[in-house]
Amino acid sequence: MEIADKIFEVFRETLQVSDDEPRDSIVYQETKNWDSIAHMTLVAGLEEAFDCMLDTDDILDMSSFNKAVEIMGKYQ
Amino acid sequence: MSHADLSLEGKVAIVTGGARGIGYAIASAMAANNANVVLVGRNKESLEQAATTLSKDTGVQVLTVDGDVGDSATAKAAVKTCFSTFKRLDITVNNAGVLEDGLIGMIADDVIDRTLATNTRGVINFTQASARLMERNGAGSIINITSIIGRFGNAGQLVYGASKAAVIGATKSAAKELAPKRIRVNGIAPGYINTDMIKHIDEDTDRERRASIGMGRIGEPEDIANLALFLASDMSSYITGQTIGVDGCMLV
Repeated sequence: MEIADKIFEVFRETLQVSDDEPRDSIVYQETKNWDSIAHMTLVAGLEEAFDCMLDTDDILDMSSFNKAVEIMGKYQ
Repeated sequence: MSHADLSLEGKVAIVTGGARGIGYAIASAMAANNANVVLVGRNKESLEQAATTLSKDTGVQVLTVDGDVGDSATAKAAVKTCFSTFKRLDITVNNAGVLEDGLIGMIADDVIDRTLATNTRGVINFTQASARLMERNGAGSIINITSIIGRFGNAGQLVYGASKAAVIGATKSAAKELAPKRIRVNGIAPGYINTDMIKHIDEDTDRERRASIGMGRIGEPEDIANLALFLASDMSSYITGQTIGVDGCMLV
């Protein structure tokens, strides 16, 4: 599975993002359900999926789906 | 669960300031009840010594992380140690603290910075880092060691009192935020406890403080460890946001 697909899987599970949602438009505080509380659940889901622990700076930087793909590339 | 189930079998605990005094007593209680322990402190040698003794006495794994709790990198390193070794964290005891008395008007900036960094920022650093890994287990217990001075204040302890009162506020806020994630956050407010921290106190003050204790004896580190063990265990699974005094009915 490609990294972007693996990450999308986590977004779908934690934020209930639908499959037809354009990935470029998934943005923190704009996409439905992606608020500050859900953000930590998303982070926990990503850490679980990638078996890692994210740095605080990366958690704060994760402002969109595309940014998440960029950040999680470091933890592969 | 039985009515006296304090077992921490399979659990992992971080104890800051765990090499001596109250921290060591708490770490001993956790280890004796089968939790694996990560000791955090500034003195690598005393940490390793404590870890060797604990591990030998109890048979659990005891790891160490040396660093200043006021530096968030230390908290991250401790939590990462739990993650890489055990893949989990269940209990964090924020115990590391410093005490420097000073009268108002005579308190140096570096004393303020040092006290707030260790006593207050340290708690915040470890709460932030710990909660993330605990969330993945779906439960956890954070135990903050505050002080009777944080609850009631004391002349000559402006900075210490402020730093410990802040811990009580942090305990309440973290408890509210983390309750939906089943992470409990509680405080323990020790009174006058027989540790190195009180060794510098002059004889008259020591006598006066002992006389102010209703139960007529100084507290021992194990008195604090007993409550920490209860708050760490599932016996306290419906208790959060509380700060409990362990002071033998001391008046300040």
